[in-house]
Formats: sequence, C-alpha cells, structure tokens
Amino acid sequence: MSKLGIIINGLVKENPTFVLLLGMCPTLGTTSSAINGMSMGLATMAVLICSNIVISLLKSLIPDKVHIPCYIVVIAGFVTVVQLLLKAYAPEVDAKLGLFIPLIVVNCIVLGRAESFAAKNSPIDSACDGIGIGLGFTIALTLIGLCREFLGAGTAFDLRVFPENFGALTFVLAPGAFITLGFLVAIFNKITAKK
Amino acid sequence: MAKKLENSLLNMFLSLTVICVVVGGLLGLVADVTAQPIQDAKDAAQKAAIAAVAPEFDAVADPQKVEQPNGIEAIVFAVSKGGEVVGHAVQATTLKGFGGKVIIMFGFDLDGNITGYNVLDCSNETPGLGSKIPVWFQKGQKGDVIGKNPSTNNLSVSKDGGEVDAITAATISSRAFCDAIAQAASVLTGTDVETAASAQVE
Amino acid sequence: MNKLNVSLSPHVHSGNSIQRCMLDVIIALVPALLLSFYFFGIGALVVTATSVASCVLFEFLITRFILKQPASICDMSAVLTGLLLAFNVPSNLPVWIIIIGALVAIGIGKMAFGGLGQNIFNPALTGRIFLLIAYPVQMTTWPVSGEMGYVDVETGATPLSLFARYMAGDVAALQEMPDMLDMFVGMIGGSMGEVSAIALLIGFAYMLIRKTITWHIPVSIFASAFIMALICYNFDVHFAVMQLLSGGLMLGAIFMATDYVTSPMNNKGCLIYGACIGALTIIIRRFGAYPEGMSFAIFVMNAFVPLINKYVKPTRFGVVKK
Repeated sequence: MSKLGIIINGLVKENPTFVLLLGMCPTLGTTSSAINGMSMGLATMAVLICSNIVISLLKSLIPDKVHIPCYIVVIAGFVTVVQLLLKAYAPEVDAKLGLFIPLIVVNCIVLGRAESFAAKNSPIDSACDGIGIGLGFTIALTLIGLCREFLGAGTAFDLRVFPENFGALTFVLAPGAFITLGFLVAIFNKITAKK
Repeated sequence: MAKKLENSLLNMFLSLTVICVVVGGLLGLVADVTAQPIQDAKDAAQKAAIAAVAPEFDAVADPQKVEQPNGIEAIVFAVSKGGEVVGHAVQATTLKGFGGKVIIMFGFDLDGNITGYNVLDCSNETPGLGSKIPVWFQKGQKGDVIGKNPSTNNLSVSKDGGEVDAITAATISSRAFCDAIAQAASVLTGTDVETAASAQVE
Repeated sequence: MNKLNVSLSPHVHSGNSIQRCMLDVIIALVPALLLSFYFFGIGALVVTATSVASCVLFEFLITRFILKQPASICDMSAVLTGLLLAFNVPSNLPVWIIIIGALVAIGIGKMAFGGLGQNIFNPALTGRIFLLIAYPVQMTTWPVSGEMGYVDVETGATPLSLFARYMAGDVAALQEMPDMLDMFVGMIGGSMGEVSAIALLIGFAYMLIRKTITWHIPVSIFASAFIMALICYNFDVHFAVMQLLSGGLMLGAIFMATDYVTSPMNNKGCLIYGACIGALTIIIRRFGAYPEGMSFAIFVMNAFVPLINKYVKPTRFGVVKK
C-alpha cells in the first residue's frame, strides 16, 4: 500500500469514528463545539503518531508476552507529555478538555492501531497510519462538534449564525451527542455504500 | 521483519524496565521544562478570575480561609493597589442550589459594594434554567446586582421581598445565588479579614 | 400479499385496525382536549392545530421523499402523536418550537427507527423530552389556568415546582399550593392536556370499555407512584395523592405508557413495567434536576421493554407446572 493509500484508508475506509466506532468516550464527551472537537482530535493525533512510530521501532525488541504493558507505558508517556505541554502553553484548551486528555491513554484507537498496524509495519508506514487515522478522528470530531454547536447554540467555530435563543440546547448536552453521532454514521455509511 | 525477542523472563524484565526508565526520564525532562510555564499559567488564570470581579489592583495577597455561616470554607483574597488594600475577592459556596453546591467568586470594594462576580461551578443546576447564573446577574442584565451592597440593599429575590429579579423559571437557583452573596458578605464583615489581609500585603 | 393495492384516500374501512385503535385513543383524548380549550382558550387551539398538522406533514414528507415508501399517514398514528405532543407542552409555546418538536417526534422518535411498530421510544415523548431539554425556559413557563390568550399570558408555578421549592426548604410554597379539587378538575398551571385528572380518567374509562388498553399499566403506575411518594415524602398521604394528581402522571400513565409499540407484550410484563415507571417518576421528581419525572421515567422504561419481553414469557399451552 502506498503512503497516501494508508492515509486515505484511515480517513475513509477505516475511519475510526464512523466506521470502526472506536474511541466513543471522547467522541461523545468533547464534541460540544467544533473547536473542542478539533482540539481533542489533534491531541489524540499527536499521541497516535508518536506512539505508532515508537512502537513500530520497538516492535522487535518487545517480547510478545509483555507487549500490552509496554505499549501502554509508551502511550501513557506520550499522553502525559501532551497534557503537560497543553497545561503549560494552552491552558484554555486544557481547561476545556480536562479529564479527556489523560483518558487518551485508554482510547481504543491508540492501542488498537499500535496492536493492529504499528506492530506489523515499518515506522514510516506507521507514521502515515497515525496521520490518516488521526486526521479521520479529528475530522469526525470536528464535524460532530460543528453540527452540535450549530444546532445547539447557533454558532459555527464560535461565529454566530443565528440568534442563540433558537438553538436547541439538547444538542450541546449529552443526548445531542448520541443523536448527532447516529445520524452522521448513517449518512457516512449511505455515502460510502454507494461507491 | 526482524525476529522478535524470546519470551524469556530476562528479556521481558529487561524490555519493560528499559521502556519504563526511558519513558520516565522523558517525562521527568518534560515536567521539568514545563513546570515554570504551568505555574505561570495557573497564576495568570487565578489573577484573571480575581481581576474579573475585584476593583482594579496591582497585587493580590495570599489567600485566607474563613469559615462561612453554613460551615464551608470560603477563600478570601485581599487585593491592593500601590500597597493599599482596595477590596476583596471572596470565593463563596452555597449549598442551596437546585442540585446542591454552587461556587461563586465575588468581588467587593472596601465599602462592601459588589464589584463583580464569576461563577466557578454551577454544573449541578438545570441546563438552560439555573445554569444561567453566570450571566443573569451581571451588569446590564435583568438581575443586575453589580454595585449593590449586601449590608444596605436587600439582596434576595423579589418573590421573597428582595430587590433581585430571579431567573425566569429558576427561582431556586436564583435564591442560591442570593445565599452565596450572603455567605460571602458575612465572611467579609464577620471577621477582621481586612486588617489581617493588609498585614500580609506588606 | 401484494395483490392488495392501497389507493389514495378516502378509504372505506371496517372492523378493527390500526386506524380504529388510534381513533379510539383520539376519542378518549377528546374530553381532556375540550377542557384544555376551556382552560387555556385560543393558545390550546393554536398549539394543537400546529402540532397535529406538522406531525402529519413531516410523516408524509419523510415517507414520501426519504424512505420512498407509500405514505402511512392514513393510519392516524401521526395525528395521535401530534395530539399527545400538544398535550405535553404549555399552551403558550411558540409555534416554531412546536414544529421542531414535531420534527423530532416523527423524524427521530419514529421514522429513524423504521416507522410505526419499529420505534423503541414513544414518539410524542421523544419530542417532548427533546423540547424540555432544548428549550427549558419556554417549556417550563406554564400559563395560569383560565388565561385564554396565546402570547403574553400570565404564567405561574405548577404544583410540582411548588413541591420542589418546598422540599428545598421554602415553607411559603405550601400556601400557594392549589387545593385537591382544583387539581382534580384541572384549575392549575401545567402543560395543555395534563392539568385535568377527571377528563383523563374519563378517557381511561372509555378505552377500557372499548378494550383499547388493559388496566395493568396505568393501575400499576398509580399504585407504585403512590407507595413511592409515601416513602419519599415522609408518609404524608395528602402529599402522595397530590403527587398522583400533579404534572403529567395521569396523562403519562393512561396515554403515553400504554402505547402498544413501546410497552411489554403480556400482562405480567406490563405490571413490572408500570411499577418501575411509577417508582422512577417519584424518584426523579424528588431527587432530579427537573421538577417533572414522568416523561423521563416512561422513556427509561421504554428502553427496558425488550428485556422485560425476553424474561417475562407467557406460559406455553400444555406445559406441566413443576
């Protein structure tokens, strides 16, 4: 598979949110606005790329029986680095995402890609996979966040589209996350099924 | 593909140890580099929270913990300008919210007038109703309390004979807000915070 | 199967059918509807008309243009959904909110699951809960009974919000509480169709006589809500009875919980389902963030119906009891 093919694969065919349905906790929890969804997606992507590369490099040095603890240590390390960096240089983002940043450690996407891709492929391919899956995740989260923000608060990326009074608050709250995700998955499947 | 290391005890032990040590070292390094910026960001955030409510100032005294009438600790920051205390920021907690706790930071000038407020936590209030506390009572809004004085104005909701307009359809949350003012005010007047705080400023 | 072509309306129809059942429920709703016109005047009329019309319209548009199926509006279920939705909202609700509610009720509550018979949740309830969370201010400022206008009507507290204030330590709220007879007839603030207990009970009696529903669900809801209310409100019988008469409990128990599609299949299952709804309602009212819990309780139990159906199976004919 070409490098571009790997990236496209993560974006469409194995889109982590709309096809694999992985990482549902941050998907539902952090998408109350487009910006929040995007920051969460980017943070996850950073961790994903780094952990994919490192795990791919280390794959022959890790004995099978301890591979999960090793992966988790690597992933947790990168997550903590991202969290510290966010706290230091983007405290607003850290305050908004809060608990969801440390929760990237247990995000199925990161461990899942380490297990199913990085452990079997070269570091460069793994980096491409991290970019593809990470972008797929980021775009999906941004899209969900955009829909929820637009329907719920009448804004898009904090720009006002229609008066706030008309926004259906449900979409900003948890039930709206489920409804939006459901409809977007349905639409995504409808579009990709036609191809 | 390179052959994987065997599952011998030594190999497992070594690989885990090395990975942990390397990751640990990396974390230590990053933590060290970011420690100062994180502290700065925290200070800036707290200062911004105080600045949003208190009168204009250039220095904040160390926080003081004072017990509120309802038994919970309030945190009082004395703020000063040019070495003189010009007001206080009080982080007060009320238990009378619809869902229990509501935490609000109030600013007071030396006469005890409310100079501003900033809601730190009202996550247990009903979304769309009680959760309007952060804007409803601000200057120019319907329930404006800014500039009023808890000791001379009757700061309770109009339904109870006071002069604060309650949030539409959220009387309980509005009462909680008034209770928070009362808690904060009693903390300020009930103790000799001022002198204690001004001593610390120097 | 496909030999029967369904032509466009009007149809000549006889005997029992979905249409007939829906019509019976609608007839049963008429007393409450008339009373709500009497109490809330033009507002109630506007709300009902908008709700019914937009539900039918959305059902037509979705079946015609998205699902590309023959229109199913003739089975009257959309009319019933529209009526129930109207019953569950204040009579001064702006028209555009009602239209959004109808879209959610039909689009998300019913059609997204595949139409009548496939929906897990009661469509009208889906619409109501969505609106309650989306527009809490408009959904919880109820006009005082007897205010006939549509806009600019005087609004007032409902018995349930008074309850909540009382439980939060406001003794004065108790004095504003309407007396029991007013609550029974419907001279109280509240959503359009839920205020009058007596009109709803007349509808209940009609449906029992027509055998449209059985007694199991409503009665088990009343019983368990009553017992739970006794427990939650210090064994005060007066309070417990008021809990039964206030909010949407009557409306929910008689008309919403008994929806064929979203309730269990046999009587034993219905009793369990009803008992859980009653208890949950009071628990949500007492401890929840919203003063009313009926719609949420039914909604939660709707989700449990498949599970109840799985474990409460009718005894098979001929099986020897052990």
